[in-house]
Amino acid sequence: MIDSKTQSAISQAFGSVAWSEFRGQARAVVAAGELAAVFEFARDTCGFDLLVDVTCVDYLNYRDAEDRFGLVYLLANTQTNERLTLRTFVNEPDPVVPSAVSFWPGANWMEREVWDMFGIRFEGHPDLRRILMPEEYTAHPLRKDYPMQGRGERHNFPVLHRSEA
Amino acid sequence: MALEVPENVVVSRLDALASWCRKNSLWPMPFATACCGIELMATGASRHDMARFGAEVMRFSPRQCDVMIVAGRVVMKMLPVLQRIWQQMHEPKWCISMGACASTGGVFDTYSVVQGIDRFIPVDMYVPGCPPRPEQLLQSIIDLQDKIQAEGTVGGREFLTAERQQPKRALVELPVVSLPRGVSRLPQGVRVE
Ligand code: SF4
Repeated sequence: MIDSKTQSAISQAFGSVAWSEFRGQARAVVAAGELAAVFEFARDTCGFDLLVDVTCVDYLNYRDAEDRFGLVYLLANTQTNERLTLRTFVNEPDPVVPSAVSFWPGANWMEREVWDMFGIRFEGHPDLRRILMPEEYTAHPLRKDYPMQGRGERHNFPVLHRSEA
Repeated sequence: MALEVPENVVVSRLDALASWCRKNSLWPMPFATACCGIELMATGASRHDMARFGAEVMRFSPRQCDVMIVAGRVVMKMLPVLQRIWQQMHEPKWCISMGACASTGGVFDTYSVVQGIDRFIPVDMYVPGCPPRPEQLLQSIIDLQDKIQAEGTVGGREFLTAERQQPKRALVELPVVSLPRGVSRLPQGVRVE
């Protein structure tokens, strides 16, 4: 749910924002270049003080999809209970968006997870390392062109025999 | 020449005596990583009571343990830890692979889950089930005791046979199926070679 005043304030400040609605939830599609300005406006002017989640969808081979990766930012205003879904789309070869850590420190680990799983680079992130997969891992496994059984990483270990142990 | 043996003296082999001592005080190392671990806890708790088989002393230091019970799926980030803990345990040591996941990867045929710990460390007992009932785990401990009694030696010669140096399974991967670009799912009955 989002207040119509908040919605029109965002629309006035950023003319290119495209709105849609699904079951009462407002979604705003933002250009990746404007994202940092939208973050600042949403936090400081509209009072979205909580970043609930940052995640990503890979639209490879998805019907009617134009862009490869769709990022999802779920924002909440804890005073008025408003909620806002921000979306932005990025493409290969270098999917990069500005980091939200300077606006909401809680974005730190969520952006690391998106980096780990999808390989989206977050410009300005203080510590963009893998968070789930081992550090020497090279792929981004939730990309749709990554085979589900991996590329043999799960069997790339020394075998311990009885006499060596 | 008949030897007079008093009634309270028992004659045995040293190997049998050592195995008898070992098998009745197996200290488990609980390597519980997932849902099977809950069943392992139930096995140790009062209703099923592993203490009846001398195996109740769960130790969280591998240096004090005899049998590692791997209960749950092992992911590729965890496997080096598992191997390290296995190496830290003192001989003689045994390993029970508890549940479908530890033994084969179970339903998790994905990039991150190791498809059976026996590919990388020696395993003595497999317990099927998802999760196995505590009775099954107790049965595996009883079977392990029988195995220790049957083949155990003081010096651990039974671990050094050529057969025991082999990994249990060949490291064969299933062929990776990659779909052509633009196809998200194959029609039924069509296979990609
Ligand atoms: S075998 Fe079943 S119960 Fe055990 S860890 Fe796997 S999924 Fe969980």
